[in-house]
Amino acid sequence: MKRVFVRWLTHRSRIPPVLRLSLAVVLAALAAVGLAAPASQGQQSLGGAPSGEVNPPSKSPEPPGPGDPTKTFPDSPALRIEGYNLYQQGCSSCHGISLEGTAGVAPSLRGVGAGPVDFYLSTGRMPLEQPREEPLRNEPAYDRSQIDALIAFISSYGGPAAPTADPSRGDLALGFHAFTLNCAGCHQIVARGGITVNAQAPDLEETTPQQIAEAVRMGPYLMPHFDATAIDQHTLDSIARYVLWTRHPDDAGGWGIYNIGPIPEGMVAWFIGLAALVLVARLIGERMDEPV
Amino acid sequence: MSHEEDPKPVTRAVKALGVLVALRAAARAVRSRTTEPPPRPPESEIDPRRRIVPANRRAETLVAGLILIAALFALAFTVIYIVSSDDTQLLGVAMGGALCLLAAACIVAGKFVVPQETHVEERGALLDEEQTGEAVGMIEAGGEGISRRALLTGAGGVAGVAIVTAAATPLASLGPTLKEFHETPWTRGTRLVDDQGRPFRADDIQIGSFYTALPEHGDPESLGAGVLVVRLPASYIHLPEARRDWAPEGILAYSKICPHAGCAIALYRYPTYAPTSQEPAFTCPCHYSTFLPGEGGRLVFGPAGRALPQLPLMVDGEGYLRAASGFHEDIGPSWWGIHRSQS
Amino acid sequence: MNLVERYVHRRFERASRSAEQRVGLAGAVKWALRYVFPDHWSFLLGEIALYSFMVLVVTGIFLTLYYVPSDAQVIYHGSYALLYGEQMSEAYRSVLNLSVDVPAGLLFRQVHHWAADVFIASIVLHLMRVFFTGAYRKPRDFNYFIGLTMLMLAILEGFAGYSLVDDLLSGMGLAIAYSVAMSIPFVGGQLASLVWGGPFPGRSVFWPRLEIVHVLIIPAALALLITLHLAMIMRQHHSQFPGPGRRERNVVGTPMWPAYALRSIGLMLAVGGVLFLLGGLIQINPIWQWGPYHPYLSENGAQPDWYIGWLIGALRLMPNWELVIAGRTVIPNPFWGGAAFPLFVFVVLFAWPAIERRITGDVLRHDLLDRPRDRPIRTAIGAAFLSWVVIVFAVGSTDRIFYRMGISYTTQIHVWRVGIWVLPILVFFITRSACRSLQRAEAHPLRAWQGNVVRRTPAGGVEVLSDSPDRSVPPISEPPVGTLPGSES
Repeated sequence: MKRVFVRWLTHRSRIPPVLRLSLAVVLAALAAVGLAAPASQGQQSLGGAPSGEVNPPSKSPEPPGPGDPTKTFPDSPALRIEGYNLYQQGCSSCHGISLEGTAGVAPSLRGVGAGPVDFYLSTGRMPLEQPREEPLRNEPAYDRSQIDALIAFISSYGGPAAPTADPSRGDLALGFHAFTLNCAGCHQIVARGGITVNAQAPDLEETTPQQIAEAVRMGPYLMPHFDATAIDQHTLDSIARYVLWTRHPDDAGGWGIYNIGPIPEGMVAWFIGLAALVLVARLIGERMDEPV
Repeated sequence: MSHEEDPKPVTRAVKALGVLVALRAAARAVRSRTTEPPPRPPESEIDPRRRIVPANRRAETLVAGLILIAALFALAFTVIYIVSSDDTQLLGVAMGGALCLLAAACIVAGKFVVPQETHVEERGALLDEEQTGEAVGMIEAGGEGISRRALLTGAGGVAGVAIVTAAATPLASLGPTLKEFHETPWTRGTRLVDDQGRPFRADDIQIGSFYTALPEHGDPESLGAGVLVVRLPASYIHLPEARRDWAPEGILAYSKICPHAGCAIALYRYPTYAPTSQEPAFTCPCHYSTFLPGEGGRLVFGPAGRALPQLPLMVDGEGYLRAASGFHEDIGPSWWGIHRSQS
Repeated sequence: MNLVERYVHRRFERASRSAEQRVGLAGAVKWALRYVFPDHWSFLLGEIALYSFMVLVVTGIFLTLYYVPSDAQVIYHGSYALLYGEQMSEAYRSVLNLSVDVPAGLLFRQVHHWAADVFIASIVLHLMRVFFTGAYRKPRDFNYFIGLTMLMLAILEGFAGYSLVDDLLSGMGLAIAYSVAMSIPFVGGQLASLVWGGPFPGRSVFWPRLEIVHVLIIPAALALLITLHLAMIMRQHHSQFPGPGRRERNVVGTPMWPAYALRSIGLMLAVGGVLFLLGGLIQINPIWQWGPYHPYLSENGAQPDWYIGWLIGALRLMPNWELVIAGRTVIPNPFWGGAAFPLFVFVVLFAWPAIERRITGDVLRHDLLDRPRDRPIRTAIGAAFLSWVVIVFAVGSTDRIFYRMGISYTTQIHVWRVGIWVLPILVFFITRSACRSLQRAEAHPLRAWQGNVVRRTPAGGVEVLSDSPDRSVPPISEPPVGTLPGSES
């Protein structure tokens, strides 16, 4: 059944772009009604049998809380058209000609909104070479204006506004506390990254506050996401501030040896401390007047 | 050669054989008379003793210089301590530098200034048969004239055991009964709150997110306090029959403490797109035991010997999450007296 | 002698006589001044450990004046902004204050921690020297046992030390230690209850108990054993490598006074200097970055200090076996990696001298050491055993490196579960053949050996090979009193 539906969609790709764009707007309106409705309801319908949708993602991005600041990306018909073209070249083979996704390969992008698109593209995690590959931070495949174009196109299908975070409004102590409780289990306490069974949690040394906000609300790949009840905007700002702080933590004790604890410490103990002392012992222990 | 103990017969035979071989080699050497250089003495018979007195003014100056610079560093430590006592780096360099320079002075002095001597000391035999025999005799002589030796030894032994037992008994007061090991702060009706004490509503729990909950009015520092709360779509939930009511609205709670080695489970994965990635699971960051929340905490990877204990939930009239009962099995690491899950 | 020197000499003589009238030890002092230390750098590894212990005692006294052994929960209102308003135990707060506010407090804490890491590392290196040179043979087997006991105590001591802080990292470590204690068959619950006073994280009494174990009981035991260790060395004299003039029944080297004393004091100061430089320049265990521990918190990539690392590796490698009989958990899983594995390693180390005696039948006293290559089988067994432990150690910490190389964690574990048995066997054969070819190829790499290599001629005589010196097998300077199978060349 799904395959027939996909083929039907594929067939429609011969329709001129302008017509498709207007259709996209209609679809976006539909998506706005269907998806951006009360979040909890929408989510509960996701798990069971997805009825109206082709290939929904298994978890949808959480919207920013009511009244919370959002990130606005540039938008214009020309940008959407550019985005459409880029999408057809680089994304449609997996995510479908009209964002419907491909069963077993990639989820539908309808209604995901701007945040996930910005996150995956600006961190270089998309496009993937293989659908089952773990998306990892990479050199972005698109420049900023191309990303904006893709955002304009994909978010024209609706979806929540992109969240944002302002570290300057955050509280460092609160950020440390919230990071410990929610993030350190995967990303390590000083955000140096970690691994789990067959996936890795990246270090956060290059992540921007914008990407932090997007990741917290959407939960990229296997990461859980957090809504505005679990992590409110102030906490989000604080976490972003803490993550920025971890780039240059207060290493009052000297060289921080990457702030990951005992592994480098053990190496220093053996290969610097003990090695130096063995060298001293070597100097002391052999006599100069002995035949060498 | 040592005469401390009789070598085993085999060793003796080997030695005898060795002597024979040596004799034969010697005989042949005498017979052949080749153009050998004059034999050198065996290595062990060289006299290594020597004494050199290095008259070395330059080394003495060096040592004096090192000591003086070390004194400067040590002085600097005090100055830094007074001026900026929180600069660990400067303090460390001052003290470490002073010690290293003194070390260098000592080593240079030890090797180039004071007399260099190689000395030979004979090793005495450790076992002196005569002395040992006498010592044994002297000890045994202390029991001369005692007729009921066995009785006395036995009585002493009994008293010794009794006193040691008496001395060890107070150790028992260190530990209370093991009853507490089966207890957690969770009972029927306990509300789930976050680490700030705010109660969780069922509506707060989103699919794809995870929450750390603590028992309202319970000690958050106790091992059983922390629970993980997640909501799963129905397609992932395959609970055993007996646990059917434990997950209202698809919300599940599990002990946060790994049943392997007691670490807090702080990794939760939830796929963005299920067909291309892994199913939702909890993973312990210490030894990577991985549990499926949808299947009653079943272990799918790692060293844990049992499933993650599940806490039955209910939603009250106001929409708050409450424990439907305490845990049905013991949380935390396994041990001899642990109550394991029956299901 | 000038006037000053003569004056000093007279004063010194008078002081000595005055002391002698009271203690009467001139004979012993004379003996000690002439006591001979054989010269070889590897004999100083134990001294590095000794001097690290002294640094530990000195810095530890400083730290213990500030530490508060209490799990009472307090709200932090100190000067460290990131933890302001955070709930933590009094123990953690006291160490935080020590690190942030006490002048030179952080320096002493870091020196103490580095000293602990170097202390145990030097003990392990010393143990390796003792093993591979056969220094554990009679009459030194007793002392070898004392050394092993001290290694076990040192590991416990180190673990207790960093656990006192009650930061996130050490709290996770304590939870694992608790699980291992609980996992001991039959008595685990009682044992854990004895140590912690109740279920983890334990009653308040646990903290003073842990502190007294760390600052008094184990250090006192270590000090006692160190004294015994040194007294036995003095009684037996040091072992030595074979060399010119060196025989089983003598000891050749530098007398204590003056050259050796100066060198040894130099080494002591160097240990202190290196540890202070490390403590000042390289950060260790920044507890303010880890934050306080609560049982419901954990972080990714948490590791113990290096000397516990072999246990985390064993815990991770172990399949999820748990022996349950009639509803009773007889052997819980952490027992395998956390208790049985280290127990096995130490039992093997303790039993080795007896095992070797049984194999070789060599029950004699040995004061001359073996070069590792001259005992290929022993060296190969030692290297294989060491590699076995080192692989387990590595599995505990290299997961991230291998993951970055694209090897999934599950694959890693499955590969290592096989590799742990295969690699040591390879190491055994490689080491044995390396020893044998070294034996054949040359003499001591540093010291020319005086001798000739001869070849039997067809006529029945011997001829000296032209490239004789330096390329020959050194004879053992006294008749071998026992050899391992395969060591005969």
